[in-house]
Amino acid sequence: MPLPAPNEEDAPLNQEQGSGRAGLWGRLRAGLAKTRQAITQRLQLSRDGDAAEMLDRLEEALITADVGVATTMDLLDDLRQAGLDRARSGQEVLEGLRRRVEELVGAEPEPLNIEKGRLNVVLVVGVNGSGKTTSVARLAHRLQNDGYSVLLAAADTFRAAAVEQLVVWGRRLGVDVIRQQQGADPAAVAFDAVQAGRARGVDVVLVDTAGRLHTQVNLMAELEKIRRVIGKAQEGAPHEILLTLDATMGQNALVQARMFHEALGVTGIILTKLDSTAKGGIVLAVQRELGLPVKLVGLGEGMTDMIPFSPQDFVSALFSGLDESP
Amino acid sequence: MFSALSDRLQGVLRRLRGRGRLTEADVNQALREVRLALLEADVNFRVVKDFIERLRERAVGEEVLGSLTPGQQVIKIVHDELTELMGGGQAKLASGGSPTVIMLAGLQGSGKTTSAAKLALHLQREGRRPLLVAADTRRPAAVDQLQQLGARIQVPVFTPMDTGAAPGEPVDPIPVATAAIPHAVKAGRDTVIIDTAGRLHVDDQLMAELQGIFQQVKPHEVLLVIDAMTGQEAVAVAESFHGALQLTGLILTKLDGDTRGGAALSVRAVTGCPIKFVGTGEKMEALEPFHPERMASRILGMGDVLTLVERAQREVDAQEAQRIAQRLQDDKYDLEDFLGQLQQMRKMGPMDQILSLLPGMGPMKQVRDLQIDESQLTRVEAIIQSMTPEERRNPSIINSSRRKRIARGSGTTVQDVNRLLKQFNETKQLVRQLTGGGAGGPGRKSAKEGKRAKGAKGSKKAKGAKGGKSFPRLPGLPFKF
Repeated sequence: MPLPAPNEEDAPLNQEQGSGRAGLWGRLRAGLAKTRQAITQRLQLSRDGDAAEMLDRLEEALITADVGVATTMDLLDDLRQAGLDRARSGQEVLEGLRRRVEELVGAEPEPLNIEKGRLNVVLVVGVNGSGKTTSVARLAHRLQNDGYSVLLAAADTFRAAAVEQLVVWGRRLGVDVIRQQQGADPAAVAFDAVQAGRARGVDVVLVDTAGRLHTQVNLMAELEKIRRVIGKAQEGAPHEILLTLDATMGQNALVQARMFHEALGVTGIILTKLDSTAKGGIVLAVQRELGLPVKLVGLGEGMTDMIPFSPQDFVSALFSGLDESP
Repeated sequence: MFSALSDRLQGVLRRLRGRGRLTEADVNQALREVRLALLEADVNFRVVKDFIERLRERAVGEEVLGSLTPGQQVIKIVHDELTELMGGGQAKLASGGSPTVIMLAGLQGSGKTTSAAKLALHLQREGRRPLLVAADTRRPAAVDQLQQLGARIQVPVFTPMDTGAAPGEPVDPIPVATAAIPHAVKAGRDTVIIDTAGRLHVDDQLMAELQGIFQQVKPHEVLLVIDAMTGQEAVAVAESFHGALQLTGLILTKLDGDTRGGAALSVRAVTGCPIKFVGTGEKMEALEPFHPERMASRILGMGDVLTLVERAQREVDAQEAQRIAQRLQDDKYDLEDFLGQLQQMRKMGPMDQILSLLPGMGPMKQVRDLQIDESQLTRVEAIIQSMTPEERRNPSIINSSRRKRIARGSGTTVQDVNRLLKQFNETKQLVRQLTGGGAGGPGRKSAKEGKRAKGAKGSKKAKGAKGGKSFPRLPGLPFKF
């Protein structure tokens, strides 16, 4: 499949769902123009360059994209074993790599485990500052657009004004927020919200939680408790446990994913802040090592700036800047 | 924070430590592993490249290859370079100006608001009278958040409402920040800390807004708040903010996690801005000044098995040293002790700490560091280990047939065994002289005898030893076979 040209807003994309996806990926590509220039200059790539040199450049490009040393080395070793280091041109190497990355990321995006006809509960977790509350608000907006009724649970009872933050979003969205006082037991808030959700017959309850580092054992235990309590309040819940990963983070994102997954059984990743110059390459490692799919991508701070993950578009963005002659 | 990196480096360097000499190939191997470790720690690709080159220049030189403790030399070099990279000494916060204006900037979620409050508390404890300014007018409830934190730490907060805006009304942050300054003066506050909205370094519009604030308030300090978990793009972020604002420093946040924290190394190297504070938790007190040398030490896991050459000299087990000193004084010092010391010296370096514990030994320059030819050390060890415990305790019983047996057992010659025993005795005698004698035995020596001991054979320098300090040879002591 030919690589989409950088500025074609109408480049062929997968089936659109919800609001303005083509526009957002287009924005992402446009926004990457600066990154692209920078990378192309830095790497001085040429389509006709030699294969060995291309491999070196790719090592730098992948590591710079936060793909991580282990995954990068594996990918490049794979290329070498396939004889691509002796390929006739750099372009062949590039294509070889792209194919492998596409395999890693998968062809089809994985949908959210949300169904009509039952009370769905989505628990959103992540480290401090990773974009949970903003993601909860935006997910609520998407779901509303897709015809689901939503209820929010302000289970971040720790951070100053965290509840207020979600309340503001709720007001903007026209969605109710279940809350308690500062310092309340977050599991209790989650429980209340699920009960309320059932009573009101809503489709989806989204539970926002406080940011916590995966190294904080007691806080991870608190999350497990929240999950258990949600399970008690509703059979089979939570149906999604989404971990927000900040695309600008480095290798620690993999550690975070591992620890949160071990503690809770994460079902999907929300990759946030992908509109920064960081490329979020860490999701390759997360997919490879933990099998955790990225389900949603956040690209800005606005209500509509969240889209389902598109593996193809992600790979294009990852490779943007590499496939052009200077 | 840096635990994974220090584990990795420790592993590399542990493998190097026991070796007598390193070849250039050995050093290159070590550098390859250091490079990988740093990349895994999220240090920027280009920064790592430059760093490794600098290391290489130092490491393949005389300094390491000629050293008798090359592993420790490599550690020392890595430690020094890391400390240098992260900025030498500790950087202070500006004061003066009435009021002193501090502006915080950074990406979304980096920890600006929390850091602003922490900074306010810190300065308040230092006796300043800070005013917090809630100039993040974009993020829902950001003003609320700062107000709540301010109330908690009892620091006043200037908000958009103070300029007449309605609560929650979206306003331009520039007038808010601007109005805060005269307000601070009126309210008798001497330091203004301005929290701003998180923004992308590539968002031209918002970066222009930040510059607008900067131009109006003319801050004395512009601190970039950056998450310690940030990956390779930390450099790009820091460079952009620096280009737009003339940063004066950095606050590195969320160091209480287990992130390897390579961003810390990168941003300093690339912007030249010092890291002034680090955030180590969500509590208001969790703000600490940044200490580059301590950070470098954490990376290398210092204070553990691996130590710097200088520190190694102080690492001699104090109790053991005392014990040996006592035995020397009591004239009970035997080959067992000698063997133990040789092994310690191989690990630790010089003998002077041991001897310096003896009365009157301190100022004596002759009793300085000894050079140990490590290849010879193995031979000496083998000889002593071929002795029976009785022979070690009382070497005078070692007759000719015993010497033959020992030589055979250790794969050396009888001459080697003779030489060792001779030099051991001479060492004992010399020490006895220097300490003014012990119980029984030769007791006080005449100056003449001392001179003779000094002139004894075996005082050649250990072959090939060079580099590092030049150690005056202590005559009569072994180490050349």
